[in-house]
Amino acid sequence: MAAAVVPTTTWYLILAAALFAIGMTGVLVRRNPLIMFMCIELMLNAVNLTFVALATELTDINGQTAVFFVLVVAAAEVVVGLGIIVSIMRRRQQATADDLAALKG
Amino acid sequence: MSSPLLAAVSWTVPTVDYHGLAPEIVVALGLCVVMLVDLFLAERSKWLLASLSGFTLLGAFIPVLTLALDDGGARAMFDGRYVIDDFSLILKGLFLLAGYVVVLLSTTYIEEGEYYQGEYWVLMLSSILGMMMMTSSRDLISVFVALEFLSIPAYMLAAWRKRDAKSNEAGVKYFLLGVFASAVMLYGMSLLYGVTNSTLLSDIGASISGELTAVRIIAIVFVIVGFAFKVSAVPFHTWAPDTYEGAPTPVTAFLSVASKAAGFVALVTVLYVAVPEGSDVWQPLVWVLAVLTMTVGNVLALRQTNIVRMLAYSSISQGGFILMPLAVAAEGGAGGAALRSVVTYLIVYAATNLGMFAVILTVSRKTRSGEISSFGGLFGYAPALGVVMTFFLGSLAGIPPLGGWIGKFSAFQAVLEAGTGWAYAIAVIGAVNSVVAFGYYGNVMREIWMRPVPDANTMPIRTPAQLVLALAITTISTLALGVLPGVALHFGDLAIFAGAFAG
Repeated sequence: MAAAVVPTTTWYLILAAALFAIGMTGVLVRRNPLIMFMCIELMLNAVNLTFVALATELTDINGQTAVFFVLVVAAAEVVVGLGIIVSIMRRRQQATADDLAALKG
Repeated sequence: MSSPLLAAVSWTVPTVDYHGLAPEIVVALGLCVVMLVDLFLAERSKWLLASLSGFTLLGAFIPVLTLALDDGGARAMFDGRYVIDDFSLILKGLFLLAGYVVVLLSTTYIEEGEYYQGEYWVLMLSSILGMMMMTSSRDLISVFVALEFLSIPAYMLAAWRKRDAKSNEAGVKYFLLGVFASAVMLYGMSLLYGVTNSTLLSDIGASISGELTAVRIIAIVFVIVGFAFKVSAVPFHTWAPDTYEGAPTPVTAFLSVASKAAGFVALVTVLYVAVPEGSDVWQPLVWVLAVLTMTVGNVLALRQTNIVRMLAYSSISQGGFILMPLAVAAEGGAGGAALRSVVTYLIVYAATNLGMFAVILTVSRKTRSGEISSFGGLFGYAPALGVVMTFFLGSLAGIPPLGGWIGKFSAFQAVLEAGTGWAYAIAVIGAVNSVVAFGYYGNVMREIWMRPVPDANTMPIRTPAQLVLALAITTISTLALGVLPGVALHFGDLAIFAGAFAG
């Protein structure tokens, strides 16, 4: 019988870094504002995971406090962001970030 | 492994210094009052909301003054996470006055638009409240919360004309890039927290020294890149011209002055308090950002035909000049001079740029156009506006004895004080850029003074009282700061971080 594998903090940090990288790639590659926004949320949650993992490792409360603030702010951002994106979608169905090109130069 | 929650059982109630927090409390109460009063006002008496917002900002200025006159030294709350020192008071004063001028600029614009008015003032006041909190924040969490507090209402303000495709586009671009920048910055912050075991900036400053490991370098770079978006430094500037052009013009004035200044405040706080020992990483980074920002901003401004868009690029390039002394801030004794020049530049730039937008708003009430050519012959039919606009353009270009000159002077002085090869290199690049900048400022001056009126419509411009007041405040400040440079430099001298920074 193999010994149970205990995940260490490093695992969580690597997972968080991977999530952050996926989110960042998504923002840079995808062109639908909604998907881009979802990728940003992924990045924010990668940050949360990093904070929690480090707080546990350092046995310090501040990292966990930070997560609460990030969660609340992310929720506020969702409300505002969806509002702005909906107001665009209402005018133009299927709008992508590339269609938003009235302003340039 | 014991739970971190158990480690925090001994909790004591923090003491709150209500005098220190009074400016924030006044603005917070004011914005609640505006929100409530809005519900009970008839459509034709909505103008009351503008006055109420203006009085709130002026009212909050009183505790700032009493705090400044109080000789008790810096006030620290919550274990030094929220500090009221000279630096924060000067910038709080700046944000309140800039906010007041923006209220004056917005009043007629908002009343004549067909959109909700109450929300506009509430969002504006919350954004200013966030900026005031930013000046006092000395902790990663409060810096983050203050930054979002000032940005989230600004996203909505940019998209305020919700049935206008351009305003929508401005909002969505600003929002997506702003939130993306916050996420990058937060990841840097989480790594900073990991390597230093603290979120308090001064603790982080004490922990980061000596050998810089890869994680520390990544953390510092990510945090600076996050702020670079907020201050629209090249290559993270792409949102700025589109957002400035598409947003309602008073909001553009607000974003290009107050929001940008708040970004610089955050950047300066983190660089000086949290990572002064990491200068091997951030000095080259800020150097490159500063050079790119002033050069690219200038070159792109040269080929603009829309005045707001030209000012967007001009404000990017001015941001490069504010960054310039920070690029050498850790060399020898240049730290104090660099901080002083940033504060001086922000004050002067705020007065000048707000004045510029006041003129644009006034003139576009008649011409209904944003093209630079629409300013043709302005001096002929509106001599006062023509002269005042020339002052502002000259100040932005840095011509003595106008305010902008003293900002540029203190920036170059700080750079030369550092005296290294890199410092001289950036000073030369800055000097060349100052000359190039005269190309597009001078072009607008030529329109005002020498070109014919485009549609031969020389009806005089009727200027509403609020815009007259805004023009008076900004013109007097721009002239006074230039003629009496001691005033601005004096504020810059005071702006030393209490305790955390010596040098």
